[in-house]
Amino acid sequence: MERMLVEVLCDLRAPLVAMSVPAGFPSPAEDYLDKPLDFNELIIANPAATFAVRVDGDSMIGAGIHPGDIAVVDRSLSAKDGRVVLALVDGAFALKRFRKRNGRVWLASENPQYPDLVISEDMTFEVWGCVRRCVRMLEP
Amino acid sequence: MSGLIALVDCNNFYASCERLFDPTLRGKPVVVLSNNDGCAIARSNEAKALGIKMGDPWHLNRAAWRRQGVRVRSSNYTLYGDLSRRVMTVLGDFSPNVEVYSIDEAFLDLTGFEGREEAHARQLRSRVLAWTGIPVSVGIAKTKTLAKAANHHAKKNGACAGVFIIKSEEARLEILGRLQLTDIWGIGDRLAYRLKAMGIESPVALAEADAETIRKTFSVVLERTARELKGEPCQELELVNPPSKSICASRSFGAEQTAFVPVSEAVATFVARGSEKLRRQQLVAGTVSVFLETNTFKAVKQYHPWATVSLPVASADIRTLTTAAQNALRMIFKQGYRYKKAGVLLDDLSAAGCVQGDFWSEPDSPQSQALMRAMDRLNKVWGRGTVKTASCGTRETWRLRADLMSRRYTTRWDELLRVT
Repeated sequence: MERMLVEVLCDLRAPLVAMSVPAGFPSPAEDYLDKPLDFNELIIANPAATFAVRVDGDSMIGAGIHPGDIAVVDRSLSAKDGRVVLALVDGAFALKRFRKRNGRVWLASENPQYPDLVISEDMTFEVWGCVRRCVRMLEP
Repeated sequence: MSGLIALVDCNNFYASCERLFDPTLRGKPVVVLSNNDGCAIARSNEAKALGIKMGDPWHLNRAAWRRQGVRVRSSNYTLYGDLSRRVMTVLGDFSPNVEVYSIDEAFLDLTGFEGREEAHARQLRSRVLAWTGIPVSVGIAKTKTLAKAANHHAKKNGACAGVFIIKSEEARLEILGRLQLTDIWGIGDRLAYRLKAMGIESPVALAEADAETIRKTFSVVLERTARELKGEPCQELELVNPPSKSICASRSFGAEQTAFVPVSEAVATFVARGSEKLRRQQLVAGTVSVFLETNTFKAVKQYHPWATVSLPVASADIRTLTTAAQNALRMIFKQGYRYKKAGVLLDDLSAAGCVQGDFWSEPDSPQSQALMRAMDRLNKVWGRGTVKTASCGTRETWRLRADLMSRRYTTRWDELLRVT
């Protein structure tokens, strides 16, 4: 029991196929073994620059970002028109779609209940990072 | 090493970490307190401008700081450690040889970047800031000691925009001319005092002093400093951490303790922390020492005992080490004192693979080693303290105060930053 626990813990990514045949026929899949799927690879592009934040509001529901989701923020992506960003507006965090056209910058919500926020010169504004992925738990 | 050396230093690192996740701290004086909320160990520039010094105790300055609008935080080493790791990862993209010197400093070998150091350093600086949110300063020179001095200048001088290179003899003399002896790496107040008594009043004078005399009067270390100030490299980058000579785990208690049980639980917790470090370096300990301290700042009965237990065979098994530490503690613990601090020292270290048993005792068995690996792995994956010895207890009455601690934003799912 102790031994098994140790092995499971050493590699949390359970392999899809793992066979050892001490006697008998070798597995026909042996030559086709792949590295197991690594979800980090899917979700995190740049580990040093990636931060997770918890979504608390419903202003981005139209973009598929729901309350309770974990937004994966990549600080190495720069803000571009259309990207969902974690912005800092007058010292408060806001998860919004970054829009920039004809020198005008505004933050768009994806929920008709929230108005767009036009960034004016007298505001302090900064893009903290860009949201690259969004993780939602359907079951605990 | 023929190229230059860069010292990258995070600006007011702990305060910068706090600001990354709490923008209301920006532009405000920020002070981070030592363990147990004792005294200031990090200050933002605004706090420095108010005259707040390193080591200023919180309990004496509480009211004044509140009046001045100072924002105070308990130290959150979990957060600082994670952000430090990120900064060091980014630095790895800028040199194949990086020596992580402390939580917020690293030396980089810039061999191969000759003539492009400035552009390279500026790119490094802006990438670290963009990716990790931490502002850094870069000092570049021929030696580590001069790189430190260049960094000092880069930080103090706004015109440098965070990067300064000592390129020429004139620049070296000019920068050293602006510094005090105590600004130099490795020179503290006492050493500066002794140097001045000898007529060596400034960094330039130290650089020009006779190296031989410095070695004879002081030490090889100071001789090296003097030579490095002259521009002679004496210290290579240390790319592999030298193995620890001993491992110490100790903490002040949140409240003074008088009973045996809470002190013994604290000692068991320190054994857990120390032995984890021991195993990470694949070492075993031959002796376990325990020490206790009463509060030296108070006029109470003082008692600062120390006891060492030698193990029959060096071990890294937490159970063996905990038993030894409990035995040591029983030898010194006395009722009637108010204990403020305890600690555990693991010493007489050797490599885990080369332990010899004797007629009566065996080295750590394969089962013991597997159990320790499983425990360390569980604690790594699910957080420190997930699996511990029962001797650690569950109440942690001794645990220190950290009333003003920010969340562990980057390492705990339930403490993430919440955004709307």
